[in-house]
Amino acid sequence: MNSINPEVAVGLDPGFLPSSTHEAPATDTAFVVELTAFSGPLDLLLALIRDEKVDIYDIPIARIAEQFLARIKSLALNDAADYLEMAARLLRIKAQMLLPRGEGDDWEDPRAELVRRLLEYQQMREIVDVMEKRADERRRQFARAYLPMEAAPPQAPLALSLSELLSAVDRVLRFVREPTMHEVVARPLDVPAAVELIRSLLALKAQLRWTDVVRADAAPWQVLSALLGLLELARVGELKVAQARPFANVEITRDPTSEAA
Amino acid sequence: MTPLAKLLEAALFASARPVPLDELAALDPEASPAALRAALDEVRTHYDSEGHGVELSEIGGGWQVLTRAEYTEAIERAQLASRPQRLSAAALETLAIVAYRQPIGRAEIEDIRGVNVGSIIKSLHERGLIDVVGRAEGLGRPLLYGTTPLFLEHFALRHLEELPRADELAIAMRPRLADAPPPADEADAAP
Repeated sequence: MNSINPEVAVGLDPGFLPSSTHEAPATDTAFVVELTAFSGPLDLLLALIRDEKVDIYDIPIARIAEQFLARIKSLALNDAADYLEMAARLLRIKAQMLLPRGEGDDWEDPRAELVRRLLEYQQMREIVDVMEKRADERRRQFARAYLPMEAAPPQAPLALSLSELLSAVDRVLRFVREPTMHEVVARPLDVPAAVELIRSLLALKAQLRWTDVVRADAAPWQVLSALLGLLELARVGELKVAQARPFANVEITRDPTSEAA
Repeated sequence: MTPLAKLLEAALFASARPVPLDELAALDPEASPAALRAALDEVRTHYDSEGHGVELSEIGGGWQVLTRAEYTEAIERAQLASRPQRLSAAALETLAIVAYRQPIGRAEIEDIRGVNVGSIIKSLHERGLIDVVGRAEGLGRPLLYGTTPLFLEHFALRHLEELPRADELAIAMRPRLADAPPPADEADAAP
């Protein structure tokens, strides 16, 4: 990148054009503009100020705005919103400059903000020059096992033959010599037996509890059978089921009406 | 060389990244910081005075053995190593702003550069040159970025303070003409 001498910046060097060494990463679609050698609207504006040999503190805004629009056109930057935004800003300043102003008024130069931004940008470009010089020096030296900055290339697809895959499967199967097997036995629920049990218990006692029906060491199938039997009996009206609160013991009562029947 | 200097040389040789002083200290719990510095000096003098192809550099907050610049072309020709790609102007501008204004959010960078910087920030982040250092207060709590140790390494800086101070650069910030805006305003505008 060309160094930006502040004296040059105020318009002494007609030969300035930002160099074509600007590199844009191929992946960055937003930097198509970079290829045209300007890194943004402020860069283009500074170049114009230099080319036109005008004073940065007293920019002839009409002329510069006109030039700016012409450059956008010639550089085919029409689609760059950032440039268009700057063009609009220049035209607005141009309009503000045309407004009549009385003597001695507190007149604020509409260009002041633009000048501030240009100077700030220019200062940043000076820093870039310093940084680039340092980076170039560092690039002239290698560290041990230098790790390139670029991301590692994507891994090549696996080259794997079917026989390799099958022998790998074979190895795994041999490694797992005796697979653990679980025998699953279908054990049907026995609801009728549970119904008989509840009926006979109720014949002895008018009131039961869930724990009277199901023993503490009951298998899951027994618990489920008892539950279904209980619900079935409740449905047909032989008993009533009540629970005081969640997880409390279930109270089972003989239904007096069904007894009467 | 003293045993400590030899130990440090071996450790620096083994590492691909600059090694900070506190990590070097872990090699020998007995050694004081002053002794470590003396030993590092010894290694450097050894490389410099006895005609070595490498040199000891203080860089990126640590120490690193680097090849001497005069051998770069030959090494590259032999394809033993290649130089890292140069950064684009857009990337450099963005990095410069982050370096001087960190922690800084994306909107503020865009304000200074006058362009959208979303993808540039993403690629700088991927390269490890900047990192998220926090979130700003206010709407959307935007991410704030700062530079990383790799940034220092890339620009051969020992620390951030080695970059020129903003007011050392600010020649262009001074009003040139009598009718220019008052200097106070300009000084305020300086970063």
